[in-house]
Amino acid sequence: MFAKYALGAATAISLIAAGSASAETITIATVNNGDMIRMQGLTDDFTEKTGHEVEWVTLEENVLRQRVTTDITTKGGQFDIMTIGMYETPIWGRNGWLLPLDDLPAEYDAEDILPAMRGGLSVDGTLYAAPFYGESSMIMYRTDLMEQAGLEMPDAPAWDFVAEAARAMTDKDAGIYGICLRGKAGWGENMAFLTATANAFGARWFDENWQPQFDQPEWKETLEFYVNLLNDAGPPGASNNGFNENLSLFQQGKCGMWIDATVAASFVTNPDDSTVADKVGFALAPDTGKGKRGNWLWAWALAVPAGTQKADVAKEFIQWATSKDYIELVAEKEGWANVPPGARTSLYENPNYQEVPFARMTLESIQSADPTNPTVDPVPYVGVQFAAIPEFAGIAGQVGQEFAAALAGQQSVDEALAKAQALTADEMEAAGY
Amino acid sequence: MMAPAVILLLGWMLVPLTMTLYFSFKKFLPLRGGDLGWVGFDNYVRFISSSAFWPSVQATLVIVGGVLLITVVLGVMLAILLNQPMWGRGIVRILVIAPFFVMPTVSALVWKNMFMDPVNGLLAHVWRAFGAEPLVWLTEASTQSIILIVSWQWLPFATLILLTAIQSLDREQLEAAEMDGAPPVKRFAFITLPHLSRAITVVVLIQTIFLLSIFAEIFVTTQGAFGTKTLTYLIFQRVLESQNIGLGSAGGVYAIILANIVAIFLMRIVGKNLDA
Repeated sequence: MFAKYALGAATAISLIAAGSASAETITIATVNNGDMIRMQGLTDDFTEKTGHEVEWVTLEENVLRQRVTTDITTKGGQFDIMTIGMYETPIWGRNGWLLPLDDLPAEYDAEDILPAMRGGLSVDGTLYAAPFYGESSMIMYRTDLMEQAGLEMPDAPAWDFVAEAARAMTDKDAGIYGICLRGKAGWGENMAFLTATANAFGARWFDENWQPQFDQPEWKETLEFYVNLLNDAGPPGASNNGFNENLSLFQQGKCGMWIDATVAASFVTNPDDSTVADKVGFALAPDTGKGKRGNWLWAWALAVPAGTQKADVAKEFIQWATSKDYIELVAEKEGWANVPPGARTSLYENPNYQEVPFARMTLESIQSADPTNPTVDPVPYVGVQFAAIPEFAGIAGQVGQEFAAALAGQQSVDEALAKAQALTADEMEAAGY
Repeated sequence: MMAPAVILLLGWMLVPLTMTLYFSFKKFLPLRGGDLGWVGFDNYVRFISSSAFWPSVQATLVIVGGVLLITVVLGVMLAILLNQPMWGRGIVRILVIAPFFVMPTVSALVWKNMFMDPVNGLLAHVWRAFGAEPLVWLTEASTQSIILIVSWQWLPFATLILLTAIQSLDREQLEAAEMDGAPPVKRFAFITLPHLSRAITVVVLIQTIFLLSIFAEIFVTTQGAFGTKTLTYLIFQRVLESQNIGLGSAGGVYAIILANIVAIFLMRIVGKNLDA
């Protein structure tokens, strides 16, 4: 009798278990970058393997940030997986808003994730988001213009050399500008570039007591250098140019050099889009001999919000999308140049990938950026081209506007720095630092 | 029988308004633990004493005023022109109205990248063709550029309303004036313009309501830099970039007050026309 009940109970339990393991649908918020769009096209492979369906919410970068931030702060629960970056992950992880990803199975090989990426996506050694692709910044330059100028680009140039080369390449009458850099106001636009550059000049956002440092000589040197260089050798209207504007200028052959995200390398070397595809060289972002280079570090990563009901399926998806198998799948269908870069060590050990022209410089750039120790002098924050505190986006947005106005010649460098110092001090005081 | 509709309407308007008021008295920082208690009028003081506040009010009023001026003046001219019998009038009218169907984000992108770009833009090519140094529109004339973009979008609306009004103008009256020897300028000033005054009032009132909250064009072109940060943009920055709901809500209340001041002002000055 007892055995019969036990059997019945066991059957019921196994039925419930089977029910919960059956097909579910998860909702993923992601950014409209090429690599993510490609992933959506390959989702059928995940559905075939696991039986689970995926619904995509694909948004432009700024909109995605606002949507997922609003969703997580209001506990909206709209998404089972969110695409977030290195700025959000440490803050949200610390607040307990994300599920830790420290329980992934051995075959996933979490140790294979590049250390710089793992560091930037962890809180106290625990991984909270898995990198889908990673990037740093580097110099992309025109080999033909460099030759014309009688110069040779070293693998690891100094800022002085870059400035000299930029001025030498410039021929404004012919519409050739020696250097294109981000000038458009925004914490993810000019401030990402300038914060990383400031690291090379020995400047920093805050000292160890969270005091803003815009009144220090290092920031003045950084900003003056940048403004003078772009005025001499940059395109007109540089203060309105962000990533996309500069990409288009470079592809049209109007820039001698461009320092920006490593993912741009595949766009400027693609003959379908770029008129200079066969004349592009790569080098590390410049330094000033103080021990830090002006290159940033970023990852678009997948994370599971703590409130989701479908955590297991979400983790299964993350394992699929950020695995070695996924990279193989993309390589097979779209070629090695199109696999998501910058996330795994094994990719850079793969002989097929080593033949891609920008692979080596991308890896070296990523390895030379250290989010936990980004500046010459010590700082209390994590992050290379940002400070991972909740107030940063708001403050840097406003500082970016002051710096853009200085670049446009509407105020002096000193005025811009004084305003930046005042508004940062105000915001930090209001936030209770 | 009115009750359900009234209750629905009140709820529709009162709930967001009450929430805005409620949050404006709180220290509410979603990224720092959420609701941190009541702070009285702190948010209001901070919002108005921030160095960005008065410039943003000024920018808002300059942009609204500029767009109104351009759309009304050009709107009247276009309406008169489109009222003339001419070959292909139907097609010309559709072309004139077309910009109104373009989304603000799209039109801002087109203007920024295709017309105003100092390297590749159409205007830069025109400037160079005349041997001049191209103007860097969005930095050297940022506010004017935004007024231009927004005016381009709203001109069809003004033209459409004014054209409808002008079509109801009695032609016999104009012909009589002409036979009495009144020159065209006087005919326009004493007959056409007074006839259009009610339509102009409608254009000004409706456009003001929409223009006070102009956002997409600034977001796409200057991101609020170079003195183009309007009150709406400042509130957006406080709420979404700084993630400070309390401060942004206080800004929202100020925006409601400003909108009402402008509305009352307009009603007093031009609204009289509507009584006639």
